[in-house]
Amino acid sequence: MEVTTTWYLVLSAVLFALGSFGLLVRRNPLVMFMCVELMLNAVNISFVAFSRSLRDLAGQTAVFFVLVVAAAEVVVGLSIVVALLRRNPTATVDDFAEMKG
Amino acid sequence: MMSLFAQVPVSTPEIQWFYLAPILILALGGVLLITLTSVAPVMRGRHISALFTVATGVLALAFLPFIAARLDGLVDPVAGQGGRPAVDLVSSALVVDHFTLWVSGLISVAVILVAVMLDGYLEREGFESPEWYALLLISASGGVILASAEDLIVTFLGLEILSIAVYVLAALHLRRSESQEAGFKYFILGALSSAIFLYGIAMVYGATGSTTLTGVAGSMTGRNAAGLSPAVDSSLVMVGIALMLIGFGFKVSAFPLHIWTPDVYQGSPTPIVGFMTSAVKVAAFGGMMRVFLVGFGGTFASDWRVLVLFMAGFTILFGSFLAIVQTNIKRTMAFSSIAHAGFMLVGLYAAASPVAIGDTGKRAVLFYLLAYTFMSIGTFAVISIVGKKGDGNHSIEAYRGLAKREPLLAMAFTVLLFGQVGAPFTAGFFAKFRVIAAAAQVERTEAYILAGVAMLGAAVGAYLYLRVVVAMFLDVQESPSTEMADSADETLALVEVRALEVPPATLAVVLLAAVVTLVLGIFPDIGSGALAEAALALVR
Repeated sequence: MEVTTTWYLVLSAVLFALGSFGLLVRRNPLVMFMCVELMLNAVNISFVAFSRSLRDLAGQTAVFFVLVVAAAEVVVGLSIVVALLRRNPTATVDDFAEMKG
Repeated sequence: MMSLFAQVPVSTPEIQWFYLAPILILALGGVLLITLTSVAPVMRGRHISALFTVATGVLALAFLPFIAARLDGLVDPVAGQGGRPAVDLVSSALVVDHFTLWVSGLISVAVILVAVMLDGYLEREGFESPEWYALLLISASGGVILASAEDLIVTFLGLEILSIAVYVLAALHLRRSESQEAGFKYFILGALSSAIFLYGIAMVYGATGSTTLTGVAGSMTGRNAAGLSPAVDSSLVMVGIALMLIGFGFKVSAFPLHIWTPDVYQGSPTPIVGFMTSAVKVAAFGGMMRVFLVGFGGTFASDWRVLVLFMAGFTILFGSFLAIVQTNIKRTMAFSSIAHAGFMLVGLYAAASPVAIGDTGKRAVLFYLLAYTFMSIGTFAVISIVGKKGDGNHSIEAYRGLAKREPLLAMAFTVLLFGQVGAPFTAGFFAKFRVIAAAAQVERTEAYILAGVAMLGAAVGAYLYLRVVVAMFLDVQESPSTEMADSADETLALVEVRALEVPPATLAVVLLAAVVTLVLGIFPDIGSGALAEAALALVR
């Protein structure tokens, strides 16, 4: 069976959906954080797949930019999560509900 | 080995550094500030970081007239259909035109004013540290990149530079747990929306085979760089546009992506909220206008326009109505900023129309951004002062009797709130009038309905601002008898409110914002030449 671009696009869509679903249902801040990374990397698969099928390098260079951005997000996100967990080591996102209205 | 290197010439794009000055000044200013304060103890003195930031902002601002003059003097500009001067930079990653300059100017002004008000705030809260200012500058440079990006990947980078710094700023008040909660919520939802935005870029790239705005626009009208008419998968483009609209909608806090706004605004340090409502909103609208009007302005405008129409209407209604039930001033102002975003979307809806009306719409949005930058920064400067040490005194009750104790502050706040209402003789009036007028000019049934909804929203919104004004001019003694039972608390509150410290620099920001609100309300045509140039630059 031949593996076509569509396969990769479907894989990308499935991973993206898994990531966003996980972000919505998981309560652990670190796992939510991993889900964001999953979503970004799912998009990378799309970029590379399109890049191959279009015979255009722009999509593959985009991936490098996205990786850098994802790394920067990790740094910031982890430090915010650490600051939160230092206050309350067993916190889930349900505990972050001081503000309502 | 050496010969190997010598044989491969690396071609680098030619970069005209002069046009990049605002971005470079803001970004390098931030990096330089952090470096200098780490190596030179002299830099760690009081007010020095704030002064440095203000100087950086002023320098960035000072470059703009020269860039504008150079643009106008171009012999052979890279011009679009309108023949408007524009310069493509870094092999078409960025474009500098009058639109870029307008947005850069607003962002620089926001940086200056927020840095001034941050100085008094940090002194009161006991955080004398330069990273607040450095992050502010870096975020601002991201905003300028976002508004001038010609390539969707660069748009994404600008959006992330803008946002990531603000996630940190939101969480930076280390003693308030609300601040970290706000930072976390902003970060998770922001990261989600960026991922969705990026997926949209991937879809558009896949469908059109290009990530540059001109390439995308060209492939849709059937004339790409090679002169070929590629088979553009229109459903894929539509999915991409919708996903990108979600990403921008989140940043400008438009319905249904506005839910983060009240929590984040309530928890974040107040001057930072001033930055979010001004610079972040200006940059996000700047990027949104460029991407949607230049990139998707052709064949697909009639499709995404409908989405913007619904977004605008519901954003105004949600913002205005939900603001009424709030008791916390920062939440109230958060819903008010949602409503304002709705008004700007009305302008964007009009801007998506064919040429003549489109220009009116663009001008209306750009004027709205100018007016709202000053009004919101001034408002949050007042809230920052009244918030007192700990940044927690934010109930609307806290404003009771303010006019008696701090008459000047209360007067200026009244002007700013009337500006946000859209009362005549304030900038807010012309801002709202122009977007509604632009929508009415579209002359379609749904546009008239949208204009009607906007007027309804403006009328309902008046209640929430006037509630604060009334509280300020009420005497403490006139408070309802139910509260008189806690007379001990009442006197305590009185003593506390008397001890309100008003840093002169922050007061100056409030007064400047109020004066600008009035001046723009009486002479609304100030700067209309630059405004018109900025609006025309997007016809490409």
